[in-house]
Amino acid sequence: MNAVTPPTRQLVRMRGRSYVAFVFSPVVPVAGWLEEVDATLARSPGFFVGKPVVLDLSALELSSSGITHLVSSLEQRNIRVLGLEGVDETHVTTSMPPLLTGGRNTMLAQNEPKETRETREAAKEALKAKAKPASLLIETPVRSGQSVVFTEGDITVLGSVGSGAEIVAGGSIHVYGTLRGRAMAGIEGNASARIFCQKIEAELLAIDGFYQTAEDIDDNLRHRPAQAWLAGDVMRIEPLN
Amino acid sequence: MAKVLVVTSGKGGVGKTTSTAALGAALAQMGQRVVVIDFDVGLRNLDLVLGAERRVVFDLINVVQGVAKLQQALIRDKRLENLWLLPASQTRDKDALTEEGISRVIAELRTRFDWILCDSPAGIERGAMLAMRFADAAVIVTNPEVSSVRDSDRIIGMLDSKTVKAERGEMVEKHILITRYDPARAARGEMLSIDDILEILATPLLGIIPESQDVLKASNVGSPVTLHNADSAPARAYTDAVSRLLGDSVAMTVPMERRGFMSRLLGRKAA
Repeated sequence: MNAVTPPTRQLVRMRGRSYVAFVFSPVVPVAGWLEEVDATLARSPGFFVGKPVVLDLSALELSSSGITHLVSSLEQRNIRVLGLEGVDETHVTTSMPPLLTGGRNTMLAQNEPKETRETREAAKEALKAKAKPASLLIETPVRSGQSVVFTEGDITVLGSVGSGAEIVAGGSIHVYGTLRGRAMAGIEGNASARIFCQKIEAELLAIDGFYQTAEDIDDNLRHRPAQAWLAGDVMRIEPLN
Repeated sequence: MAKVLVVTSGKGGVGKTTSTAALGAALAQMGQRVVVIDFDVGLRNLDLVLGAERRVVFDLINVVQGVAKLQQALIRDKRLENLWLLPASQTRDKDALTEEGISRVIAELRTRFDWILCDSPAGIERGAMLAMRFADAAVIVTNPEVSSVRDSDRIIGMLDSKTVKAERGEMVEKHILITRYDPARAARGEMLSIDDILEILATPLLGIIPESQDVLKASNVGSPVTLHNADSAPARAYTDAVSRLLGDSVAMTVPMERRGFMSRLLGRKAA
């Protein structure tokens, strides 16, 4: 008995995949353009090493030999050409890189050679820092026992701050309601921070570490709109208007 | 659609248990199916105020721990057939309560009742947290004095952050119930005014319950005040509050004692 295994057919699997490539668009005179490339390489040698490059020749009208010459000049500079773009099909020979179509522009930054994970994270951090607002808005009353801490900047409360509640801000504090709890502004050494409130009944006010308790606050100020600021080492509290 | 209502305050002795019993009885009198749960494990009182203390066999802890079935622990009120009590354990402490167990008990009660009233213990610890944990609505019982108001403010903050509803980004419906209000003392400025309380708490008012001997009398005989003397000032105030809970608009007044003819003639002693 012949144990013949039937020939298994090898399937040819094909998948689409896209890559990011540099696109070079040479301009006339080609010699001058090549000088520019040389200058770039002089500044950062190895810039194009290992990077796929596509030649967009739509700005030029080159013959087959012209294209071959250009490709080989680039190869002399260690730039490997992956494909051609913007050339008439008839000019492309089998010895040349293949003709590409349907390319789409993309951000060059994605293929920046110097980019490492660290730089990417640093960029992300920077973006986050930029996006972070410098003020915090609270639209509900702050209840007794709650503590709102925002060291990056101002806090604005649309409502009252209850007795036993605490607002701690790196910048100024604005309360559009009655301030009955504690308000501590400029906690990270910002002496120009201020505290504003619609009605002052605060337990404690502090700016940059200098504080006053309810006892120190003038009774005539109570229940009035007021602001507190630092004049040197002295906290001043005065009615608004 | 069942509604879980927590009766809470932060501060002790302001009238949570009395109010739970009175609101529960008034809701039942209006035909709602009501269960009141005593969350004050170790210091239970709701059974006394409802006059059910001699019929307690199983309690909330037993049900939470799976020792008893809910059916076995529920006690039906003798006067109101729509009113049930789930008592607390007097011998255990609040650590015996688990969130998972409470969640299961409340889910089961939701299928059988219209209103589930949770009588919270005082404080902001485990017992109080679990009592409010699954609430859809809250009645915050407040006395017209500063410490009670500040504690209420603290509790409102917790209702807005520590409940399942709050964590889902929804709001627990909150109502202020002012108890032990004495109009005469308030007029003399010896108490915080209603306006001051509401300004501080920034939460809608459900009712004002006047200070009255009737509340104590009712508690002593183990009857919710709304049942014991339905015509008394506090009973009428609680009934009005319940009407508002059910969505009726009732003018906000402070019910006064109704005085008899003789007391009206001879009510005031000349100085």
